[in-house]
Amino acid sequence: MERVLVGLKRVVDYNVRVRIRSDGSGVETDGVKMSINPFDEIALEEALRMKERGEANEVVVVSIGGSECQQQLRTGLAMGADRAILVETAESVNPLTGARIFLELIKREAAELVLLGKQAIDDDNNQTGQMLAALWGRPQATFASRIELNGSTAKVTREVDVGLETIEVDLPAVITTDLRLNEPRYVKLPDIMKAKKKPLDQIPVADLAVESAASITAVTFEPPEQRQKGIIVKDVAELVAALKDKGLV
Amino acid sequence: MNYQLTDEQTMLLDSLRAFLDEQVYPYEAEADRAGEVPEELGNQIKAKAIEMGFYAANLPESVGGGGLDYTTMGLVERELGKASYGLAGHIARPTELLLACEGNQINNYLTPCVTGEKHEAFALTEPGAGSDIMSMTTKAVKDGDDYIIDGYKHFISTPCLPDFAIVFAITGIDETSRGPRKRITAFLVDRGEKGFDISLGPLCVSQRAYRTYQLSFDNCRVSKDQILGEEGNGLDLANKWLSMGRVWVGAQSCGKMERLLKMATEWAATREQFGKPIGHFQGTSFKLANMATELQASDLLVMHACKKADQGSMTPDDAAMAKLFASEALGRAADDTVQIFGGMGLMEELPVERLWRDARIERIWDGTSEIQRHIIARSLLRPFET
Repeated sequence: MERVLVGLKRVVDYNVRVRIRSDGSGVETDGVKMSINPFDEIALEEALRMKERGEANEVVVVSIGGSECQQQLRTGLAMGADRAILVETAESVNPLTGARIFLELIKREAAELVLLGKQAIDDDNNQTGQMLAALWGRPQATFASRIELNGSTAKVTREVDVGLETIEVDLPAVITTDLRLNEPRYVKLPDIMKAKKKPLDQIPVADLAVESAASITAVTFEPPEQRQKGIIVKDVAELVAALKDKGLV
Repeated sequence: MNYQLTDEQTMLLDSLRAFLDEQVYPYEAEADRAGEVPEELGNQIKAKAIEMGFYAANLPESVGGGGLDYTTMGLVERELGKASYGLAGHIARPTELLLACEGNQINNYLTPCVTGEKHEAFALTEPGAGSDIMSMTTKAVKDGDDYIIDGYKHFISTPCLPDFAIVFAITGIDETSRGPRKRITAFLVDRGEKGFDISLGPLCVSQRAYRTYQLSFDNCRVSKDQILGEEGNGLDLANKWLSMGRVWVGAQSCGKMERLLKMATEWAATREQFGKPIGHFQGTSFKLANMATELQASDLLVMHACKKADQGSMTPDDAAMAKLFASEALGRAADDTVQIFGGMGLMEELPVERLWRDARIERIWDGTSEIQRHIIARSLLRPFET
């Protein structure tokens, strides 16, 4: 196929202990390490392997957000993507708006496959891929742990509640990636230098004429209540007594 | 000064950290206890480093290196400094001295060091010539087109057995207005050369898995083509290397301090005594505050020296101040970390005691703290000398 689009969302690094801003307006991101959403990194790795196997000619990474997202796109380019597109917006983007933006890019780029992480680790929505497939009118294969391309179809093993399910979808399609699909590569020093020279297009979101979906307004954020310290019980009898004491049995 | 890392630097550090997490940190305790790095493991780290482009990242692209500037290299050294040198040393940063190679020397020494086929040793120190380099006694006497080297070097530290050594030796005496002065020349001498013997030196309590070798020269004949640079300019070459090496010690000390501070903070936040985390007691929390402040000050000194090196304006005292302050701050941080951990800080179960031991050498090698102070004071007082 000619082109694969891969979404890369800028999120707080998974190693960071997340804190709520003191005014409750959101999660603290000032001075906090930001990274590519890990599921998106897996999506990119899969796309790069497709390219290396000769199944795709071009891998284009896409991010939606402020100019700071360039950092994640540059990392994607250093990993091996050919081009990057940053859809610039200062607004927070919900899954439906994100899906609409992707749909416009699919048309512009004539993409035949869109690889997205199954969800972002910041808002955990798990919706964009599914919404995009519906808007596009094309098949979706979510939670992929294995992808095999065979010409005009893709055989995808999905991680579902009861185990593994294998389905076949016609291309073009949207595939969302799960944790066990692959292990993303590390960026090599010479590739970091090369990434500097790869094209990164910035498109103001207004240019795509996408209707912004009615958004949910976040009123306030607060950290979850601290877990109470547990107790160690000697035996079952003591456990039952403790549960009874708390009125749980 | 720009305090923000570039996207490229951020990517490089992310990648290097992931590399160290996977390839280096898991083997530290084992290598330290064994007092050596198994050859297979060393080669594995090296092969991976070459694949990732981290190997010889300090040398210019024109000779096949990574072409990093001093500022970026300072960040890399800071990261590598967190790890045991015996292991991290296999991600080699060949000495810049090798850039003085000419003619056949390029193919025989410089290039193989960049590709990882050969390893060099920097042989300057002698039992009687530590801080006082000029009291060196190793000599090279001209004999036709050759030189005959006699002498002894020790504390020559490298991660593995070197293939050749850059050996500093006296090749003559100059009469100067201040009296006689030794002419010092650098020679490239191959391991296996007749009259050149390399043996393992005593075990060091700091950086146990990093080896120190002793080199002895007994009537060792080398061609004049083995001179690195020019006859008599060995000290100028060495000095150029020594200043930057001091900045790297500063950078590595910062890395270690960051690692210690992270461990000490986590411990202080979770270890409970008298019904609350020990970090709630000022005796502990003020130690953390001091460590964090001294780390930041050290980082700024190192970055300052690196930025100036990139502009070609770094002075010997810039390097000396960075090395002096960072290595001494590290000593305090290591001691305080042990104190915060209490008894556990001295147990082999945790890496604290190892980092504490490893920290000690930073105030000694590449010029002791006393020598750094001497360099700084000398540059202050020199204008008053007549």
